[in-house]
Amino acid sequence: MDLSTTYLGLALRTPLVASASPLSMSLGSLRSLEDAGASAIVMHSLFEEQIHQEMHQLDHYLNYGVNSFAEALDYFPDLGHYNLGSDAYLQLISAAKASLHVPIIGSLNGVSHGGWTSHARKIQEAGADALELNVYYVAADVDVTGAAVEQMYLDVIRAVKECVTIPVAVKMNPYFGSMANMARQMAAAGADALVLFNRFYQPDFDLERLDVVPHLVLSTSHELRLPLRWVAMLHGRVPVDFAITTGVHTHEDVLKGMMAGAKVTMMASELLRNGVERIGQIEAELVRWMTEREYDSIRQMQGSMSQLHVADPAAFERANYMKVLQSWQQDPTSVLLR
Amino acid sequence: MHRPMVTIDGNEAAAHVAYRTNEVIAIYPITPSSPMGEWADQWSATRATNIWGTTPLVQEMQSEGGAVGTVHGALQTGALTTTFTASQGLLLMIPNMYKIAGELTSTVFHIAARSLAAQGLSIFGDHSDVMAARSAGWAMLFANSVQEVLDFALIAQASTLESRLPFLHVFDGFRTSHEVMKIEMLHDDDIRHMIDEELVRAHRARGLTPDHPVMRGTAQNPDTYFQSRETVNPYYHATPGIVQALMDRFAARVGRQYHLFDYVGAPDAERVIVLMGSGAEAVEETVAHLLSTGERVGVLKVRLYRPFAVEHFLAALPTTTRTIAVLDRTKEPGASGEPLYQDVLTALVEGWPGPLPKVIGGRYGLSSKEFTPAMVKGIFDELAAPSPKNHFTIGIVDDVTHSHLRYDPAFSVEPPEVVRAMFWGLGSDGTVGANKNSIKIIGEETDHFAQGYFVYDSKKSGARTISHLRFGPAPIRSTYLIDRANFVAVHQFGFLERYDVLANAEPGATLLLNSTHGPAEVWDHLPRLVQGKILEKRLRLHVIDALDVARQTGMGGRINTIMQTCFFAISGVLPRDEAIAQIKHAIAKTYGKRGEAVVQKNYDAVDATLANLHEVTIPAAISSTLEMPPAVPADAPAFVQEVTAMMIAGRGDELPVSALPVDGTYPTGTTRWEKRNIALEVPVWDAEVCIQCGKCVLVCPHAVIRSKVYDNVLLAKAPATFRSTVPRWKELAEQRYTLQVAVEDCTGCTLCVEICPAKNKSQVGRKAINMEAQLPLRDTERANWDFFLEIPEFPRYAPPTSDGEAAAPAAMRFTNVKNVQLLEPLFEFSGACAGCGETPYLKLVSQLYGDHAIIANATGCSSIYGGNLPTTPWTTNKAGRGPAWSNSLFEDNAEFGLGMRLTLDKQVEYARELVRHLAPALGAELTDALLTADQDDDAGLEAQRQRVLQLRALLAGHTDPAARDLHSLADVLTRKSVWIVGGDGWAYDIGFGGLDHVMASGRNINILVLDTEVYSNTGGQASKSTPLGAVAKFASGGKPMGKKDLGLMAINYGHVYVAQIAMGADDAQTLRAIREAEAYDGPSLVIAYSHCIAHGINMAKGLDQQRLAVESGHWPLYRHDPRRVATGENPFQLDCKAPRIPLKQYIYNETRYRMLVQSNPEAAAELLEHAQAAVHARWARYAAMAGQGA
Repeated sequence: MDLSTTYLGLALRTPLVASASPLSMSLGSLRSLEDAGASAIVMHSLFEEQIHQEMHQLDHYLNYGVNSFAEALDYFPDLGHYNLGSDAYLQLISAAKASLHVPIIGSLNGVSHGGWTSHARKIQEAGADALELNVYYVAADVDVTGAAVEQMYLDVIRAVKECVTIPVAVKMNPYFGSMANMARQMAAAGADALVLFNRFYQPDFDLERLDVVPHLVLSTSHELRLPLRWVAMLHGRVPVDFAITTGVHTHEDVLKGMMAGAKVTMMASELLRNGVERIGQIEAELVRWMTEREYDSIRQMQGSMSQLHVADPAAFERANYMKVLQSWQQDPTSVLLR
Repeated sequence: MHRPMVTIDGNEAAAHVAYRTNEVIAIYPITPSSPMGEWADQWSATRATNIWGTTPLVQEMQSEGGAVGTVHGALQTGALTTTFTASQGLLLMIPNMYKIAGELTSTVFHIAARSLAAQGLSIFGDHSDVMAARSAGWAMLFANSVQEVLDFALIAQASTLESRLPFLHVFDGFRTSHEVMKIEMLHDDDIRHMIDEELVRAHRARGLTPDHPVMRGTAQNPDTYFQSRETVNPYYHATPGIVQALMDRFAARVGRQYHLFDYVGAPDAERVIVLMGSGAEAVEETVAHLLSTGERVGVLKVRLYRPFAVEHFLAALPTTTRTIAVLDRTKEPGASGEPLYQDVLTALVEGWPGPLPKVIGGRYGLSSKEFTPAMVKGIFDELAAPSPKNHFTIGIVDDVTHSHLRYDPAFSVEPPEVVRAMFWGLGSDGTVGANKNSIKIIGEETDHFAQGYFVYDSKKSGARTISHLRFGPAPIRSTYLIDRANFVAVHQFGFLERYDVLANAEPGATLLLNSTHGPAEVWDHLPRLVQGKILEKRLRLHVIDALDVARQTGMGGRINTIMQTCFFAISGVLPRDEAIAQIKHAIAKTYGKRGEAVVQKNYDAVDATLANLHEVTIPAAISSTLEMPPAVPADAPAFVQEVTAMMIAGRGDELPVSALPVDGTYPTGTTRWEKRNIALEVPVWDAEVCIQCGKCVLVCPHAVIRSKVYDNVLLAKAPATFRSTVPRWKELAEQRYTLQVAVEDCTGCTLCVEICPAKNKSQVGRKAINMEAQLPLRDTERANWDFFLEIPEFPRYAPPTSDGEAAAPAAMRFTNVKNVQLLEPLFEFSGACAGCGETPYLKLVSQLYGDHAIIANATGCSSIYGGNLPTTPWTTNKAGRGPAWSNSLFEDNAEFGLGMRLTLDKQVEYARELVRHLAPALGAELTDALLTADQDDDAGLEAQRQRVLQLRALLAGHTDPAARDLHSLADVLTRKSVWIVGGDGWAYDIGFGGLDHVMASGRNINILVLDTEVYSNTGGQASKSTPLGAVAKFASGGKPMGKKDLGLMAINYGHVYVAQIAMGADDAQTLRAIREAEAYDGPSLVIAYSHCIAHGINMAKGLDQQRLAVESGHWPLYRHDPRRVATGENPFQLDCKAPRIPLKQYIYNETRYRMLVQSNPEAAAELLEHAQAAVHARWARYAAMAGQGA
């Protein structure tokens, strides 16, 4: 069975890619992802803001209380060197490239214009095969228009594309006034692929302590619907590769993604919850499913159920929403009816 | 050979040579010598090598006694070995020093000479310590400046190898050890040139080895000990010649010529001052000035003090000398004169060829007391008097024995070409660090010479710093503070109201002021005194709103870089553009390794500075009505008014001898008079939201949050803004409850806000305690606080019943945190760090037992914030009772406390014998009541106090010796609570032997270990309490061994009550453990987790860290109560659940662990794994002990 695909110009053995997660934080776990069958690995994100925060934090605590009291002019030894900044991250990419065979895709979350470009360049220099821009702005400023926010995304993409030669994917979010148009603008700005979608960890309330608390929830298959729909609608209309990175848990999710038009599907939650060996299991199930239905290759099905190719293109658009609501009312388990 | 010019301090200079010329270094922290050990440890951690290309082995020991023992052993086996110490540390080495000298062993100990604790401890510099060690048989070489420290460290090392006499290389603590000076560095080849390899091998060959066995350390008898003692004489005779020859060899190579005694002055001088140490520099500077005016004066600088080379001394002294003043920086009470004076007299008597000059001796500079050219001039003037005063003092006013010499303080020899800059800053604003950078810039990037000296505060929170910087074209010998500044920078506007910051500004000087008021408005905000001095001295004034620039550029409260830029811009020491380039270069060097973001924000601050710097047009006349408030309020006691207030105002130097106690006895409760107003924001109580749990009162490290329940009628006289509400105690519902904050004493640490569990139901971001700006609240809350203090304390027990026979049962038991908040703290407003993790425990003890407690306090943080003048926090209640507190030493605190217990036990026994003896006179009822009183609670204690009053009344006027004795002892019949308090450095390391013995004694003592897991007071050196994987000084690579389990060791005794507590994790358990420990009639050990600034944490989150320490299993809470055995119960109880979060979730909130991840992630990962395994293993052990399944 030919499971091969291409993504960002990289020839991949299968469409099963490990997305950015804690599993890519050490060489050991990177190896286990490759051993489990990942066809490419997206590194965990290098967060420029976090790097800055670590620098400021170290500076703050090394300054804290110093030169104040004659007996204790400081409290820590001078260690000479601190592995701050992106050094550790870049070293991990280099180490991964030296010992792994699958493509390594760097991931970057910047905050400053200079940060995006300098770190992008460093990731390329470290040996990454491609770069994924984990770019998001929480548009919380009431004075900033949607257009201005969109422009910030496009500026980042252009700036990064100007300074690297490796392919660049953009991990985007669905919260744009015009998703389709934004996707096209990103492609025009230079994005070689769009990764749908970035999941935001929405905070929760702790009613006991009356605190706002971070709350990480791993995805489930039903979250596949949103990227599935958008890939299906954009496939063939926006000239980039698509990757689906939310809600991929089973071989069926992968198949749906391919049929919608994605070049790859990426997994993190499933691997965190059930182990990296799930990659191999899903691959086996893919092969079984395709064999049973006499598919020859993944390529054969990619985009087969995109909006361009289905019998009822309108099924992806608004009218469909009405049907869904009706289907809820008919569902005997629906909470809405109780 | 080119030798680089460097700007370093004396400690670094000494450590540089010591490190390069030794193989084994044993270290132990003590101020001011600690940095030498820190340098050595740091270099060793980075595998820096000595001149033989190998890395010296550096070993931290548990005490100076341990360090010198290790040194002795290493020397005896042939290693080149050294150590660094000062003060009491040197005293602890003396026993071994006799051995080392008696065995003719080559070594150099580098000493940052410091005062000894006598009537009080002092960390500052004089020669008391080395003079106490002078009879041990060591050669003593005194360096007077940072350059000489570098040079003499080498000359001493070369000399010891050749002479076989051990050397003390001495330089003045702080004045030289901490003075930053531009000096010429020695090349390693210079060091090799001086160190004779054959002598090194000979030293090695003398080492003990079973391959050629000999023995040393024999016990000798009357037949040969004496003769043996005399065998060493030739070595002592030869040493001066050896040292001089090596000084000559050094001069031939390096160019700086030294002699055993260096005379500087008129060849035909009549008046000569003899001294050693940094003061000689000031004398030399003064002599140079006086020579230019034609005076025939000179100074003889003693370099090699032991062996005292009489002939060399006599040869160095001009034959024209008629009068000599010998200055000693020490005091030997009761002696016929101080040591150097006696040596000089002996030398003159033994060998002076003509009529003896008149010799007078004097004391100067004790505990870093200033020693200035004006004083030197005063001494020379005295030498010219017909009958110069002998045994004089200089620099103080001795109005008791009239020893002091008068001098004209206006006399100055400061050269006009020297830039003399004073910077008034806060520790937290980074002023000192920036000034150290400025010195480096000017010292290393220009031809100018540079000197920096820094004066710090006695408090650890809100600490003030004063930097004294000199820059000039010639070498700087001014070993004293600047008294004529041509540049004064005031980095905190509030200082203008509290200190006379312009007292030392010379006419025409420049004043740089950090001010939120712009150039047009600032004049109107200056106090009258400041305006007057600006006009009188015709000062130029520049202002900058540095805080605003700092905020805009991400610098937070650190205005150092901004003010440094202003200094360079205004002073013109360097061309402006070059200065800015150099500042940025220094920033990159200093902060580069902390990341480019840190460098960038500093660059941004530099770039934003000049546009905000403005010169102010000075009006023609004073317009201000703002007067400087008095240091203490008018209602303070007389001693506080007359003595303490002077110290608070920075005028303690003016206090005469008669003002000070003769025996170091000071009144307690003086912090209340020093209103420091250091918090920008203070807690404000929201009575509506408050649930009156008492947690904020409990955790407040400075006792500034208090609560009372009181009679409603008292509110009639309350200020309008005074707040109160209904108490949340059913039985007190008719009364009122107030939570009051002492805003002038608050440090703004926010621990209270963090711990507060009550949130506003409409705005959950607000709690029952919220931080608000202090300034707008200051006046009203001052009045509220004063009113609050007038409200009677909540009664500790119910009043006696009407028949007066016995106290009624206590109305309220102080067994929970909520109730304990109502107890008056007798420990308040200490100078501890804002958010200190130790002081809440002490305050709690003071609330529960303060009125009958005696406290033995080990040296360390708690003795400094507990006992550092000018003001001290231990205080009294309205009845005048409160903790009696004392500090003996660092190493002996457990024994010190035991001594207190023994006194009480003996006196109680004797008093009870006397009561029985006098029973016929006292009556059976009183006798019986006195002897059988139950004093377990406050009511019982008070009842006994009343009986003692009755007893005293009965005994008054009796002349019978037994009655008089009982009268003098009567107070011991009321129970006393003995507390032995100290940190982990004491309990785990230096004092452990004593602690162990005291626990073994079985006596009724309460030991409270404030465990910060590091030597906090001396700046973060590892102790045996430091956990595995934590980075500390002396454990730069992360501590490789686990924390000692002190509690388990004590539990092994069986009869010791042991508890491990952490207030932030379980305050109820803390309270329970302290109460049980106190109630236990035997030794109790309470080990209290104390978060600390040395952990590198946000101190506001200290209590959270305590909780995480417990939840992670790092700090299990437990109590081991031997009393439970009698009832068949397991004495060991675990008071917390099994570890439920990974260790890293706790430790990686702290810089001490995180910096290892950042510097050596592999090592950090490995140590974390070991530490996590150790947590599980310890929990399994404890669970088994507690009879639980692990």
